[in-house]
Amino acid sequence: MSLPPFEVVVAEHGPAVLRICRAVVGAHDAEDVCSETFLAALAAYPRLEPDSNVRGWLATIAHRKAIDQIRKRNRGPLPVERLPEAPGRCGEPAPRDDDLWDAVASLPTKQRGAVVYHYVAGLPYAEVGQILDSSEAAARRAAADGMRALRSTVTRETS
Amino acid sequence: MTFERDILTRLGQHDDESVESMARLHARLVEAASSEDLLDVAYRILDTPVGSLLLAATTVGVVRIAFDAQGHDAVLDDLARRVSPRVLRAPSRLDPAARQLDEYFSGRRHSFELPLDLQLAHGFRRLVLGRLADLDYGSTVSYAAVAADLGNPKAVRAVGTACATNPVPVVVPCHRVVRSDGSTGSYVGGVEAKRALLALETANRL
Repeated sequence: MSLPPFEVVVAEHGPAVLRICRAVVGAHDAEDVCSETFLAALAAYPRLEPDSNVRGWLATIAHRKAIDQIRKRNRGPLPVERLPEAPGRCGEPAPRDDDLWDAVASLPTKQRGAVVYHYVAGLPYAEVGQILDSSEAAARRAAADGMRALRSTVTRETS
Repeated sequence: MTFERDILTRLGQHDDESVESMARLHARLVEAASSEDLLDVAYRILDTPVGSLLLAATTVGVVRIAFDAQGHDAVLDDLARRVSPRVLRAPSRLDPAARQLDEYFSGRRHSFELPLDLQLAHGFRRLVLGRLADLDYGSTVSYAAVAADLGNPKAVRAVGTACATNPVPVVVPCHRVVRSDGSTGSYVGGVEAKRALLALETANRL
């Protein structure tokens, strides 16, 4: 058992990591955070145990980079209490399902994390708990709460 | 549960934009990795008359050239294991190698001026590669003659092994080593590729 070329890691997990970043920091900063995530992962990659869960490892790094990004943003001239909604995309074509992504972005931090890491990244609750620094049961509850909130937001918008 | 499934599908789908995003991300990663000295092995694929060649380079120089027959994925796995797992598709580091190989295959170039990283060849095999680098374009020499040249006339088989495991074929011209009876002998890229290279050189010899 040995580590595959990093190129394989990027191809296999890149889209999922990008979705994680997009859900946590919004579309505007997603590529920056994702790019920093992969650069940090590349630096640490040779020390990764070959049989590790690579997706979980990347999600943990992405989570850390996303928090850095949110802190950076909150140090700006207009401090906000909650994470700002995903800003516009400067003339780029809007992706499908903007409303859903906005709804995800406006969830409270823990719920958003739990929904993203479980439903978007496909990680089991035990690992979601580790990333969010809480128990497996708490991660499961947060994901359920998050999904309930999403359901009511999305249903309200479409009705 | 349908709602969960629906959300999962919607949040999980790859749209065209995410394909473009991935391409941009990859380019940024390659650039940042090389400026922070984290791009241990860069590679690209080059189409040539003897099939697609995998070219790989470290910061020292070209470390590996591989034919289709060797399995590019297997070769990349081998590089990850023996050199570094920090392997990325990053064509620009291989631009000089690709250009010189293009010139070689069009018959305009007779020798390569490329920095090489021979870390994948050790001991006697490396000595053999050093000797092969001196072989003239369009000439051939026997395995036995190379062995004798290195002061070790009994090492004919070892010379054969050195050629068979040459990490940088074409650039280090192991295709110019043939059997004593004049027959082509085997080749890392297959005997057809060896014949094609020798024919190319015969046709363009001055």
